[in-house]
Amino acid sequence: MTTGEVKLIGAWASPFVMRPRIALNLKSVPYEFLQETFGSKSELLLKSNPAHKKIPVLLHADKPVCESNIIVEYIDETWSSSGPSVLPSHPYDRAMARFWAAYIDEKWFVSLRSFPKAQGEEETKAALAQLEEANAILEKAFIDCSKGKPFFNGDNIGYLDIALGCFLGWLRVTELTGGHKLLDEAKTPSLSKWAERFCNDPAVKPVMPETAKLAEFAKKIFAKPHA
Amino acid sequence: MTDEVILLNFWPSMFGMRTMIALQEKGVKYEYREEDLINNKSPLLLEMNPIHKKIPVLIHNGKPVCESIIQIQYIDEIWSNKNPFLPSDPYQRAQALFWADFIDKKLYVCGRKTWSTKGEEQEAATKEILEILKTLQSELGDKPYFGGDEFGFLDIALIGYYSWFPAYQKFGNFSIEPECSKLMAWGKRCMQRESVAKSLPDSEKVGGFILQLKKIYGIE
Repeated sequence: MTTGEVKLIGAWASPFVMRPRIALNLKSVPYEFLQETFGSKSELLLKSNPAHKKIPVLLHADKPVCESNIIVEYIDETWSSSGPSVLPSHPYDRAMARFWAAYIDEKWFVSLRSFPKAQGEEETKAALAQLEEANAILEKAFIDCSKGKPFFNGDNIGYLDIALGCFLGWLRVTELTGGHKLLDEAKTPSLSKWAERFCNDPAVKPVMPETAKLAEFAKKIFAKPHA
Repeated sequence: MTDEVILLNFWPSMFGMRTMIALQEKGVKYEYREEDLINNKSPLLLEMNPIHKKIPVLIHNGKPVCESIIQIQYIDEIWSNKNPFLPSDPYQRAQALFWADFIDKKLYVCGRKTWSTKGEEQEAATKEILEILKTLQSELGDKPYFGGDEFGFLDIALIGYYSWFPAYQKFGNFSIEPECSKLMAWGKRCMQRESVAKSLPDSEKVGGFILQLKKIYGIE
């Protein structure tokens, strides 16, 4: 059932919110973007996602779907006849895409996030090493999944490209503020080239925040004392 | 063409139970291999799951599928001709996947705390786990199964924990039944199924395993 209004509760700076936005763009589905104010949660958000109280939340005919990767699958299945397939068609490739998406959230993103939190040279070195190791793993995953094509999903961007690519804005900001190259063409050539292709994709460009704007936002939120 | 299916597992794992149940529900013949996670992970496990080195690992015609929730979906998609686990409606599927994710994010860590911590921390954990179970209970509602009339994906995702409930209660010194009688009834209902009865260990055995873990980790 593709009828019914589509709304997305989110925030422009959130990489997780970017995931369903890219998927909706791939499927050419118009939607209303309901921006949350940083630092507070709307009644609608609390009502739509009482379990986690987090964004993104997709509202399709007022019915909520939560968790970014689950929303992306939902979009792919609901608007299956529109645009390219977001998930691969073969069950094994789908299992691989889901596996790597989980790895990205549980390990790779955790490594990325620990980098700006690192205090002093020792911790920074350790954080860098951890991220480099995770990047090397993803470089191999890209070669395995893409099978010579431009994206993890093949000819077009898909579920796994979206799962990783959404973090590229924050990766660039971390590189800027930390002064370290985090995605190195020398160490991960395939992944680096993929990153450029991903950012230039027409479904991605309108929702990828500008690095400068994101850097300014980062300064503001990391300046706040931790709870 | 006959499929070769191997499952690398460790008997107390509520995650491995999911995959065993899923394979049984589909009538898939497979080879079960017990891993000794405490002393010695097998070379096959390290080869098939180099990233996490964890069980369960499903090996289908030599190719590994890791992560239990992903395995249930894979099994459902490959052996799609009988007993579908996930609903066909995309919205219902998204709900099932959401709650499975909720279970993995909340229940495992909290459950562990009921037996591995003491004092205030343990008390907080027993309170939190009851809240989590009550949330799941309201998701179940008056349906016989989370899947509705049929045993399905979310039932498979949660039922393994049912074999750990007695241990959580014993070590955590609290009771689940008073506030979660519908959920406990669901557990008993699921245990009537052959796939579940064959895959869940005896709760006494789980209790013994926890005692073993506490000794190894030096937890009183």
